[in-house]
Amino acid sequence: MSSVEVTDSARGTATRLARRTLATGTAGKYPPFLTVMLLLPLLLILFFGFLYPVGRMLIGSFFDPDFTFHNYIRMFTEPLYVKILARTLWIAFVSTMGAFVLGYPVAYGMARASGSVALWIGACVLIPLWTSVLVRSYAWIVLLQRNGIINNILVESGIVDQPLKLIYNNGAVVVAMTHVLLPFMILPIYSSLRSIPKELPQAAANLGAGNITTFLKVILPLSLPGVFAGSLMTFILALGFYITPALVGGPQTLMMATLIGQQATVLINWPFAGALAMVLLVVTLVLAFLFRRVLSAYGGFGSV
Amino acid sequence: MSETITLVRSRPFSPAILAKFSGGIILAVLLFFLVLPTLIVIPMSFGSASYIEFPPSGLTLDWYGKFLTDPAWISATLFSLRIAIATTVSATIIGTLAAIALVRGDIPGKSLILGLSLSPLIVPQIIMAIALYLLFSPLQLTGNFFGFLLAHTMLTVPYVVISVSAALQRFDPILEMAALNCGAGRSRAFFEVVLPQILPGVITGAVFAFVSSFDEATVSFFISGVGGKTITRKLFEDINFSLTPVIAVVSSLIVCVSILLMGAVRIAQNKVTS
Repeated sequence: MSSVEVTDSARGTATRLARRTLATGTAGKYPPFLTVMLLLPLLLILFFGFLYPVGRMLIGSFFDPDFTFHNYIRMFTEPLYVKILARTLWIAFVSTMGAFVLGYPVAYGMARASGSVALWIGACVLIPLWTSVLVRSYAWIVLLQRNGIINNILVESGIVDQPLKLIYNNGAVVVAMTHVLLPFMILPIYSSLRSIPKELPQAAANLGAGNITTFLKVILPLSLPGVFAGSLMTFILALGFYITPALVGGPQTLMMATLIGQQATVLINWPFAGALAMVLLVVTLVLAFLFRRVLSAYGGFGSV
Repeated sequence: MSETITLVRSRPFSPAILAKFSGGIILAVLLFFLVLPTLIVIPMSFGSASYIEFPPSGLTLDWYGKFLTDPAWISATLFSLRIAIATTVSATIIGTLAAIALVRGDIPGKSLILGLSLSPLIVPQIIMAIALYLLFSPLQLTGNFFGFLLAHTMLTVPYVVISVSAALQRFDPILEMAALNCGAGRSRAFFEVVLPQILPGVITGAVFAFVSSFDEATVSFFISGVGGKTITRKLFEDINFSLTPVIAVVSSLIVCVSILLMGAVRIAQNKVTS
């Protein structure tokens, strides 16, 4: 009891003292020299682990050995590479749509649920998020392969005579990627649904709107910032996927990330790998920029 | 009033109840879809057949024994653990210091530095993986502990920066000012006033750094070498070349470690907020 009083009086003194400092205008601010010292380790790690290697590779894409746009011309004139870029964008788009269609109901249920139900739904969303992409891709191989679980069920129940070819095609890549990306779609939609004041759907109901009208005219429009945030994040992540397409995809499902890896390690064509990386990076950064624009148009990061 | 309620309840096909019921079923199916491919590896790791079958025809612990007695798996696991622990320490210290500077510091261009420090989360991992491979391979740094430490610290430090910044924004700077005015030095004020207050954010960031380093696959795949192979690189190779139940064992262990740490963070955060 007495310790609480001591703390309270200390807090009072502290506040008075701080007010005095606040008046001088530098309250709570760390001086510039200390700030720079605190940031230095981060800046060193980012320079040597990120900016220098990535920058060197991207600059290398313009030299072969003299300055040239050859690698970029090749990327955009050879039909194979244009096709791979288009396929990457298409698979990322379909996976994002899949994650939206499957993720919205989960986010909605999670936002509506309370107590232990909400906890269980939250766990179901977070467990996959925290588990290696590698493990989940492996699980999809087990589920989809020729003598896998899904084929066993289909054959034994007599729906099909022969096991279906479910894996090593675009469909398998989309299914596995959608699954890996789902939590990144669910969480932003969930937080935007949670931020809708409870009074708004109630008011709609009082004014005579049915459940469906209330959803379409009140809840869905107000959750759009979360939908945009989740979709763009999902799409950006999907563009750079390496592990999942490499494991559940086949030769016909080559995507940008796999192509970059091949050019660098198997064909040892560093400048071309750099050019492919630059194209992927520019597409990603343009989307990330749009992401920020869309968010600020809908009230900034605070609304998501 | 109670009569109407019983009336509604006794009509199983009332539209409202039907909607709620089917909504619940849809939700249950979607949740099943979310967790099934994550958890299915656990029962499979106990299957007695030498190939992957489901449901397992018999139960055995043999594959766990195979994992524990295989030097290649053990050395990959230990290598990953060493990297993850070192990464956790370095990312937590570097990220915490940087978060303080970014929230409290008094220098221009803070938002630029913040953007830069979060950019490893946005740039596709394959680009960082190839760039580091290009840098490391001529220097003989592939499969090297310090190469991994540099790469994984860069990849995981954004998580620490985010979670510590969030904790700092909830912490009243006046308390630290007071400690300074009462005569404490900067470091004493930090360890006795600031750190205890932002500890949940630091722990969350540290756990996230550990799990992401241990789980990280794309960059590890490219910068692993003959001498130094992470558990994810070995897992990737074995999935491609020999699909034995040992892979299910390794996957199960990774899933369990992730879930346990996730639970630990949740308990830590609950303790602080309650």
